[in-house]
Amino acid sequence: MQNKITVETLNAWFGTNHALKNINLSFQENRITAIIGPSGCGKSTFIRCLNRMHEVVRGAKVSGKVLVDGKDIYERDIDPVDIRRCIGMVFQKPNPFPTMSIYDNVAAGLKLNGMKDKKILDKTVEESLKKAALWDEVKNDLNKSGVSLSGGQQQRLCIARALAVEPEIILFDEPCSALDPISTSRIEDLMIELKEKYTIVIVTHNMQQAARVSDYTAFFLYGELIEFGETNQIFKKPKEKSTEDYIVGRFG
Amino acid sequence: MKWNRRKLIDRIMSFLTAACVVVAIIPLLSILYTVTINGISAINLDFLTQLPKPEGEVGGGLGNAIQGTFIVVGIACLIGLPVGILAGVYLSEYGENRFGRMVSFVADVLAGTPSIAAGIFGYTFIVLYFGFSAIAGGAALSVLMIPIVARTTEESLRLVSGSLREASLALGIPRWKTILHIVLSTAMSGIITGALLAIARVSGETAPLLLTAFGNPYWAAGINKPISTMPVQIYTYAIAPFPDWHAKAWGGALVLIILVLILNIGVRFITRKKY
Amino acid sequence: MDRPKFRLSKLSGDLIFKTVVGLFAFGIIVLAFLLFRELFIASSLSRNAFGAGFLTTSTWDPVKEVFGALPFIFGTLVSSLLALLIAVPLSLGIAIFLSELAPEKLRTPLSFIIELLAAVPSVIIGLWGIFILAPFIRDYLAPPLSTYLGFLPLFQGPMYGPSMLTGGVILAIMVIPITSSVSKEVIMTVPIQQREAALALGATGWETTRIAVIPYARSGIFGAVILGFGRAVGETMAVTMVIGNSPHISASLFSPSYTMASVIANEFLETAASKLYISSLIEVGFLLLVVSVIINIAARILVWKLLKVERGAA
Ligand SMILES: Nc1ncnc2c1ncn2[C@@H]1O[C@H](COP(=O)(O)OP(=O)(O)O)[C@@H](O)[C@H]1O
Ligand SMILES: [Mg+2]
Repeated sequence: MQNKITVETLNAWFGTNHALKNINLSFQENRITAIIGPSGCGKSTFIRCLNRMHEVVRGAKVSGKVLVDGKDIYERDIDPVDIRRCIGMVFQKPNPFPTMSIYDNVAAGLKLNGMKDKKILDKTVEESLKKAALWDEVKNDLNKSGVSLSGGQQQRLCIARALAVEPEIILFDEPCSALDPISTSRIEDLMIELKEKYTIVIVTHNMQQAARVSDYTAFFLYGELIEFGETNQIFKKPKEKSTEDYIVGRFG
Repeated sequence: MKWNRRKLIDRIMSFLTAACVVVAIIPLLSILYTVTINGISAINLDFLTQLPKPEGEVGGGLGNAIQGTFIVVGIACLIGLPVGILAGVYLSEYGENRFGRMVSFVADVLAGTPSIAAGIFGYTFIVLYFGFSAIAGGAALSVLMIPIVARTTEESLRLVSGSLREASLALGIPRWKTILHIVLSTAMSGIITGALLAIARVSGETAPLLLTAFGNPYWAAGINKPISTMPVQIYTYAIAPFPDWHAKAWGGALVLIILVLILNIGVRFITRKKY
Repeated sequence: MDRPKFRLSKLSGDLIFKTVVGLFAFGIIVLAFLLFRELFIASSLSRNAFGAGFLTTSTWDPVKEVFGALPFIFGTLVSSLLALLIAVPLSLGIAIFLSELAPEKLRTPLSFIIELLAAVPSVIIGLWGIFILAPFIRDYLAPPLSTYLGFLPLFQGPMYGPSMLTGGVILAIMVIPITSSVSKEVIMTVPIQQREAALALGATGWETTRIAVIPYARSGIFGAVILGFGRAVGETMAVTMVIGNSPHISASLFSPSYTMASVIANEFLETAASKLYISSLIEVGFLLLVVSVIINIAARILVWKLLKVERGAA
């Protein structure tokens, strides 16, 4: 098993707000790593640094290194667009493109990057929807609007959309916080299937979820990485006092 | 003060302010009523399809003015819509800086300039070199359109949620394609609304066309020739001393007001449903 | 993985796109600049001939080629002020009714109808003005005014229909939609706490409006009035058709007058012969442009700031 992503002394700012402080962390290939911590501790900021989405925010700054397969994605002259194609992201609230059909939502990433071959598009759409466990539910309604689906289906549509551009890494930012328990468990199952092929990082405020799906867990507090280790160890025998406090619910 | 008395004052003020609304609506109703009543008797197929006849001869119509209005407004759209929409894209997507704020400011001020000033501009800028023409008329109208379209486009684009932009960027779609294919298409109904309202506004403009498109008793002969338009034709008929022409002015007014109201009311229904 | 993973960034589509739309945005500034420059240059002949006296002399004689814009400045000012005198109280009433006192269900349709008035082309309002409003004012409004207020110079002399009074009324009709809708928006930005505080004290709807809402919205309402003034000053066709178009300064609202915009619309095309005549008309237009720019900047400062802040916070 090798490290897919290695983060070295990562710092991030929003204007003068120092949101991430000296983060060092590695993510293993074909594993799920959960990021936990109280709200506002920098979880989202952290994973948005992994696919260079952080810099989209006005006034946001980053320093440090993020090595993907040994290559720093923050190296000068690298196009963040390519990074994002290789590192997909699924957001907290399902956000399918409202003017597009289900089919077009999934095909958007390829189409807008110049793919015109209808056969390849059809095939990718079908495969991605299958991987996202949505195909059976929508295969007869591919031309319906993406926003006509239920919340859980929309989120799986967003996962399919991310899978369609063939990333190697997928970042999930609290993907289930807007969903009901049944949809949540479907997405959790899905993540476990997906780790066969992808490296997965999931931010969650739900500790049971972290315990259920992840192999490794990182605990963040006030923009700092407090503790990192195998999920079992973190939940059963945390080394740090504050980790334990958080896990037993003594934080917000 | 006694409660009853305060309540009475409250009633009176509600009544008085409601009366203000009624007073303001009366002219509108009167305009719609008189234009309809006087206009309808002037309108027939000939009126919509024939050339105007000289004073004294019966019959004739506004066919060329209708044609001319479509041509001139079409030219205004060709110039005004792309400039306005693209400038609006800049303002919304890249405009959070001094230059952007300056452009919005200038657009707001430009939106308040008297239309006759746009007419003079069209005259000194185009007519003096190329003569009275459809193109000069369209250019003058586009001056009025551009700031409206730019600001409404900007506002519609700003309503598109940031999470859609992020979703697209996170798929590795470049920012410009995100704007062009995701943001613009999501905001399309707002942009179309703004464009249609701008079209409605300039379709009824008269003053700038007096100075630029002039008028023409014949069918349009090319965009570099003087051209007849409905507003100018209505004006000409209205201020003439002949009752027959007055009837034609009302007929023209009815056609024009239907066009403008359809655009206005239609647009509001479209947007009502969307949001 | 056979595709190259991280290419170096090429000449970026983003940069090209941003530059292109930026150029169009710059086009707006260029347009405004050209508008000013054209009107300024084309009026230089007149400026050189008459200097500042253009603003203060009242002779407008195309035959002798002596031009002074005072009658038009006077006509524009008086007709616009008259319009505000009529429109502002009405607009305020409308704004208060539609934002505070009207039943919820009526608010949107009534606002829509009032705004529809703004959509009617001004040439049609002018047509209606010639044949309906002017006779109405001549027959029903002017006689009582001269009977009861005839001792004032304002209401003396014969009234034929086209007059300063008719012009002022027609402008008022055209000012109401903008002044009332902007006032309404401004009033609606007053924070809910402000109202609730008054309501909690047991104030009636009107008292709440008077004590809590109006004082808070005062500067924005003033901005709305200024915007209305700008609309009146720049309005051309409707006024041209009912104000009588006579370049004489008279104290009576019953006598015909002339505005800056209408003299341009009315005389521009009669003047092919004389360069100085056209240049003088363009100078009138240039003055009009400068005045309306100043008005719009002032209104923008008063209104837009308020609306922006509130929207941003929402
Ligand atoms: N768009 C933003 N602009 C400015 N500050 C932000 C922004 N997003 C987050 N922050 C700040 O960065 C810190 C970390 O936020 P975030 O990463 O969203 O936390 P989490 O996802 O753990 O709840 C917080 O203090 C938050 O206020
Ligand atoms: Mg978060």
